[in-house]
Order: sequence, then structure tokens, then C-alpha cells
Amino acid sequence: MSNWIDVGALADIPAQGARVVKTAQGCLAVFRTAEDDVFVVEDRCPHKGGPLSEGIVHGRAVTCPLHNWVISLETGEAQGPDEGAIATFPARVEGGRVLIDAARAHASKAA
Amino acid sequence: MAQKLVVIGAGMASGRVLETLFEEGSGEYDVTLFGVEPRGNYNRIMLSPVLSGEKTYEEIVTHDADWYARHGVTCRFGEAVTSIDRARKVVVSAEGETPYDKLLIATGSAPFIIPVPGRDLPGVLTYRDLDDVEAMLAAARAPRDAARPARAVVIGGGLLGLEAAAGLKAQGMDVTVLHLMPHLMERQLDGPAGYLLKTELESRGVAVICGANTHEIVATDSGGRVAGVRLDDGRVFPADIVVMAVGIRPSKTLAEEAGLATGRGVHVDDAMITSDADVLAVGECVEHRGMCYGLVAPLYDMAKVAGRTLLGQEAAYEGSITSTKLKVTGVDLFSAGDFAEGEDREEIVFRDPARGVYKRLVLKDDRIIGAVLYGDTADGGWFFGQLKDGADIGAMRDTLIFGPAYAGGQPLDPMAAVAALPDEAEICGCNGVCKSKIQSAIAGGATDLDAVRGATKASSSCGTCTGLVEQLLAATLGEAYAAPTSKPMCGCTDLTHEDVRRLIKAQELKSIPAVMQALAWKTSCGCHVCRPALNYYLVADWPLEYKDDPQSRFVNERNHANIQKDGTFSVVPRMWGGITTAAELRAIADAAEKYEVPTVKVTGGQRIDLLGVKKEDLPKIWSDLGEAGLVSGHAYAKGLRTVKTCVGTDHCRFGTQDSTGLGIKIEKRMWGSWTPHKVKMAVSGCPRNCAEATCKDVGVICVDSGYEVSVAGAAGMDVKETELLGKTASEEEAIELIVAFVQLYRENAKYLDRPYKWVAKVGLDWVKAQVVEDLESRRALVARFDLSQSVYQKDPWAERATPAVERAWSPLADLTSQAAE
Repeated sequence: MSNWIDVGALADIPAQGARVVKTAQGCLAVFRTAEDDVFVVEDRCPHKGGPLSEGIVHGRAVTCPLHNWVISLETGEAQGPDEGAIATFPARVEGGRVLIDAARAHASKAA
Repeated sequence: MAQKLVVIGAGMASGRVLETLFEEGSGEYDVTLFGVEPRGNYNRIMLSPVLSGEKTYEEIVTHDADWYARHGVTCRFGEAVTSIDRARKVVVSAEGETPYDKLLIATGSAPFIIPVPGRDLPGVLTYRDLDDVEAMLAAARAPRDAARPARAVVIGGGLLGLEAAAGLKAQGMDVTVLHLMPHLMERQLDGPAGYLLKTELESRGVAVICGANTHEIVATDSGGRVAGVRLDDGRVFPADIVVMAVGIRPSKTLAEEAGLATGRGVHVDDAMITSDADVLAVGECVEHRGMCYGLVAPLYDMAKVAGRTLLGQEAAYEGSITSTKLKVTGVDLFSAGDFAEGEDREEIVFRDPARGVYKRLVLKDDRIIGAVLYGDTADGGWFFGQLKDGADIGAMRDTLIFGPAYAGGQPLDPMAAVAALPDEAEICGCNGVCKSKIQSAIAGGATDLDAVRGATKASSSCGTCTGLVEQLLAATLGEAYAAPTSKPMCGCTDLTHEDVRRLIKAQELKSIPAVMQALAWKTSCGCHVCRPALNYYLVADWPLEYKDDPQSRFVNERNHANIQKDGTFSVVPRMWGGITTAAELRAIADAAEKYEVPTVKVTGGQRIDLLGVKKEDLPKIWSDLGEAGLVSGHAYAKGLRTVKTCVGTDHCRFGTQDSTGLGIKIEKRMWGSWTPHKVKMAVSGCPRNCAEATCKDVGVICVDSGYEVSVAGAAGMDVKETELLGKTASEEEAIELIVAFVQLYRENAKYLDRPYKWVAKVGLDWVKAQVVEDLESRRALVARFDLSQSVYQKDPWAERATPAVERAWSPLADLTSQAAE
């Protein structure tokens, strides 16, 4: 079952940037790409827990600010030689508002 | 025993003769080489990229001192031969007489100076050698009126004039081209292509005046320098420099005075022998079958023949059909053959004005006799091949203008097109290298571009066929071919950092998308390696035009604080020269308590670090610190960090100068500036060096007589002592040296190279030449630094200590309360 929650305006997220959404289980990072696609992932690098929301966004990937691991925003998987993955969550944009699937967000043990 | 060969002229033609001699011979000659320029052979046709900043002089040297030494060539550079005594077989120069068995005249040509009043004024230049280029670069750096860019007028809208104009424009000058004829490059282009070229140059900010007949060159009021150019119609174009590029004349005087047969140039037969059997001549100074040449390909052909003649082999030069390419970055232009209109001639013309493409083929009896291509010159080599071969194109006439891709229905794949070229197709026009020669070099083990260049010279002169040679490598080697040769910036491009920096300036690229578009980035928006580098290069090169992109900065610079391993940040306020006050310390203590800062630490740079601040608290803590007058210490920046000092004459019994005061002055002048990597400085008040200045990026040691400024130290992963940049008597001059040094570093270093790494690459002597010895260059560097500071010397904390930033840096939403649902 889905439970779409409005977390804010797309315009409040910088293009090629991210904002954080706090949940009881931890922080989510809401990314906006150069093409205005929105992705929501766990805000914890699988390597050493770095805040991915502070990383440089390029294409559909983010580079962790701590040790430059590159994480796919689509799959949550580390790219290149590094191994590890984080949880990803459904998100969509409607009328300039960003909606995330709260059911999934809350259900995830990792979030 | 070896014969004595004397060579007069150290240009491209004689260089190639010597190469032929040493490659194909075996010590037949002891060579003495005279050159008027105080340097050896270099690739003169690459002066344009040097002028525009796309290449350095070092990159265009063809023969270095080692090469001459290896082949036993006695070099007499900077020494002019004044006469030749053929009866006694000696040449005469300032140093005396030099005997020869064989003599090679390669005196080249001299620029034609139009005989108008004022042609001798200082500031009237030609475009012929490296000294001319250096004079132009100096003029570009030091405009007479500092309020506007230096102005250049180029007389002559031919190949040379336009390359000069584009180069001067790339150096930031205001450029006007005055051309006598109704359209540009009339010897190579027809009217429509000339018009497209004019429009293109104008869109790049170069003013082009055709039909302009120069009346006189006007002097400044004092009469001491050039001030402008007046035309016959009375119009005056102001100028700091005037470049005459209206043509060249073969330099034949020496030969003429020696009694050799001359016409427009020195007469030679097909073996390149003059009217004296022991005297040969090659290059731009010769006249062969009534023709004089000013392009490189014929000179190389002549040189090869002359070399073989000297070795006693049969060789004949039979004249050249030439083609031309304009070496202006971003302008694609090719012409070859004869394209005058005539009764017996037909034309095929293709126009696409919206794309800026124009192609015209001139045919006679179903054979191509002339070709002009503008905007898309990819097929130039193929058309030129058809032209030289005199191929009958009757069968493919209906698709001829579309090039080889449609000749015989081959697909539009460039690799297939290269593969389909006949063995004798010329790949490199400059060096006359055909496809089969390159293929046999590849078969012989030359598996990358450099190796092919080394083995065949293909693409080693003007470089426009580099792509073709690479395709040939790929087509021949298949998957065994590993493309790039130098280390690219990142996976998004094959260009190196150095290439990208030069091209940003040369092509005036002023945004990240513009760089990625113009330089054909392979990714849509770069990666974490290239984006911060590009952002820095643009910040440094275009302080007024470029807008800093926070999304292309690493986390610390974006947030103006250092991220810690737990995701919190550290805050380091600036303490000028390490000096603080009770009030500042009180404000820091209050902030530490208010924001529950877990760790307060004194740093190695003489200031205080508050570690463990939450991101959303940053704007608030900055606001509190700002009220006490504290600003960002940029402890997170690739920029000026600290200027560490000792107490100097204020308190110390050994101090020789006010080291603390000087440190504060330097820091106040330079804080806020972005640099390729962090910059740390120190000032010690005496040689006891308590501020540890000799392991910093810039360190000053005060002595009784003044200040010793040293640079390029390191105390990190590498430890290295600084090297002396210069000694000054005054504080002011010490600061000037430091500012100029840092600006030179800002403008030239690779992103993430600390100064010691950069200096190791460019050499301290080069740095000293710009910063210490050349006062104009020093002043210009300081002026450019100050211009940048007018934009960037602002406290980033004060700008961000606002409720809007606080909101933007807080969580977008807080769903913790909904967790129970």
C-alpha cells in the first residue's frame, strides 16, 4: 500500500543538489538532478555512513563527500570497484511538489 | 673525411634538410648552422597557437640542444652571415670566416612592410618569429590605458593576419583587421566563403574592415609610439600595437650579392642547386620553376630533395600544388587549387547558411581543379587527393559535393572512410605522409599517436590531421589500439587539465555548460572530479563574468565549513596574523557554549577551531561570531588559509622587522581569494624563523636589510624547504611579489596542485621572470588579482548568516512525528 506524503516544493531543492528529510528511522536524502528528476535514498553512504545529501550530483549519481564513493541514485548501488548498497524509495513530482512513499519510507528498516 | 656543410638559416626548411641528411646519410658532413634568431629550429607555423595561448613555445620546438649535439651540429644562433665569398668558399659573419665545401642557403623570407609614413614607429610589429609573438603578448598584458583592454590593429586579412587577429583576441585585446581587398583571404577564398569568415570573426568580437587602404600610421602626441592607423578615406583606428601581415618577400639579398642567379627568389633547379654547383637553396627564399612558396608542405618537399642531393642521390623536386587550412580554433576552412571563374569551368556549390557551411568545387573537364570548404572541412583531404591526382570524377559527379562517403556508396562511418582511402592518399599534408607509410609504421610497432609521429612525422606540424591519424591507428590495430596518450582530466574528457585551462581562455568559455559543449564532454554534466576543477578555472579566469556554482563545489566549500566524519562541521574564524583580542575570545567562548560545541581546539595556523557544529546551526553561529567582528577563516577552502607570524619587533629582542604587522597586511589583502589548492603563508621576524616560514607555500623571513620572500615549500605528505623568489627592501614590494606569485599560480596551475608541485612543473626561473624580473608582468598580475578580489573578497559567513540560508540548510521535512502511523 502506498501513502504518498508531500515533503516540500521541488523549487526548495537546488538543481544538482539535495535536501534532507528526517524520519524516525534516520535521514533520507531527496535529490534533484540537472534534468529535474527526483530520487530519494537513504542519507548514509554504505562505506562509512557519510551524508550523501552533501555530495556532488552528476547525471543520476552522487559522490559521497567523505571518501568519493559514487552511488547510483536509481539503484542505490555503489559504482565502479566499490561494493555496497543503500535503500531507495519511490518519489514523484506533482504540481511542483515532491511526494515520497511514506509507507515504504517508514517500513524500511534501514531508513 | 667528412665534408664541411654550412647552413645559413635555422628555419623549418633547413631543419628538415638536416633531418634527411642524418636519417639517410652516415656522417658525410660536419654541419655548421647559422641562425639570426637566438634559438634553434622551431615549428614556425605553430606560432598562432602560441599567440592564442593554446600552446607554449616549448611545445613547438622541433630540435633541441640535445639533437644538435647528438648530430655534431655546430650551432651559431644569433649570428648573422653578412656575405658569401664563393671564390674562396667561405661565409663571413661577425665572428670571422667559416669555410665550406657545400653551402645551403635557407634564409627564408621577410615580412613585407607597406611603405607608409610611421611604419618605423615603436609598436609596429610584424608576425614572423617568436620575438614578434612575445612583443604582442607583452602588449596584450600591458594596455596603455589600464581602464580598457589593449587595442591592436592588424593590417592584412590573409592567412597570417587572421591568425594573428584571432590570437590577439584570445589574449583579450580589442582587435581590428584592415584588409585592402573586398573580401578576406582573397588568394584562398571566394567571395561567399570570405563573407562567412568575416561574419564568424565579427561574432567573436574581431572588427573587420574590407576595402581599407592604409594611408599612414599615426604616432602618439609625443611621437614616441604608434597611436593608430589612418585610412585613405580619413577614418582613424586607434591602436596600442599595429601588426603588419600583408605578405612576405623571399630573403635573397645574401645570394644576390654573392652573384648567384636570382629572380623573385634564389633560382634553383629540380635538385635544389643554385647557379653554383656547390651552393644549394631551399625554403621560402627560393624561386623554382617561376614559383615562390610560403607554405610548409612545399618547403618540406624541397628539403627532402636537397638532403638527398647533398648525399649524392638522384632526387628531383617538381613543384607543389598547395592546400591551405586556417589555424584559428573553431573556424574550419580549407582551400586548394585554382578557383577563379572561367569560360571553361563549372562549379558545384553547396550552401547551408544556417549551419554556416559552404562548399564549392571548381571543375574543368570533369576534374577538380579547385576546392573551397568552410564550416565543414572533413572532406578536404579527399577533395585535395582527387585534385592532385587529376581524377576523372564524371561518374560520381552527382554526389561529389557530399564527399567520399557517397562516392561509391560507402557508409558515413569515419572509420570506414579512412579504411576506404587508397594507400597513396595523403594523410598529412604538411609532411607529405601517405596512408601506406603510416600503416607500415604501425605494422612496424608504432601503436600510438606519438610513435606514429616519431616514425613518420604525420600530424607533427600543424596537427590538423591528428584525428585522421588516430582513426587510421584504430582502423589498422582494431581493438589493440589504446587511444589517449596523456592523462585526461577524468573519464568525462580526453583532454588534460592543462589543455582545458588553455582552451577556457583561448575560446573564452565562461560557464561549465559552455566548456562541456565546446570541448565535447562525454557525460551530460560531468563528475565529482571535473566539475570542481572547471568551477575553479572559471572563477579564476573570468572573475567578472562567471557565476560561482555551489553545486560544483566540494561539501566544505559549498557549506563554508569543514565536514567531520560524523556529518557535523567545524568552524574556524579568522585571526589576522594570529592576533586576537579578549572580546573576540569571549565571543568564541560564548558561541561554543551556546551551540554546545563538543571540542574547542587551537590549530596549527594560529587560530581556534570549534568542532562538532550541526549544519543547521552554522548560519546562527556565524551570525553570533559576526557581531563580534569575526569573519570566516576559510579553513575549508582551496584558497588563502592563514598567515602565521611571530611577534617581531613589537616584543622580540631579536626581531628585525614588524613581522606580525606584515602578516596582517598580507592576510587583509589576500583573504577570500580562491586558488588551485590551499595556500598557507608565514612571516618570521628574523632568521630564527619562529613562524616556520620556510616550509609554507609562501614564506617571508625578515632581515635587517628587508624581506626575503620564498615560495614553494611543503610540510604535508611531502616536506620541502621553500626556494627564494626575491629579496625586497620594502614591505610594499614584498606584498607585491607575493600577490603576483599567487596570481600566477591561480592562472596557471592545475586544480589540486599545491604551489610546490606547480613550481616544479613550470620551473622557478619561469616564475621569477614573470613575477620578479618583468615589472610590467608583475603589475598586470597584481591588477588581475585585485580585480578578482573586488568580486570575491566578501565574508561568506556574513552573506549566509540569514534566515533564508538557515531554512535552506535545515531538513526539508521532518516526518519523525508520523512514524507511528
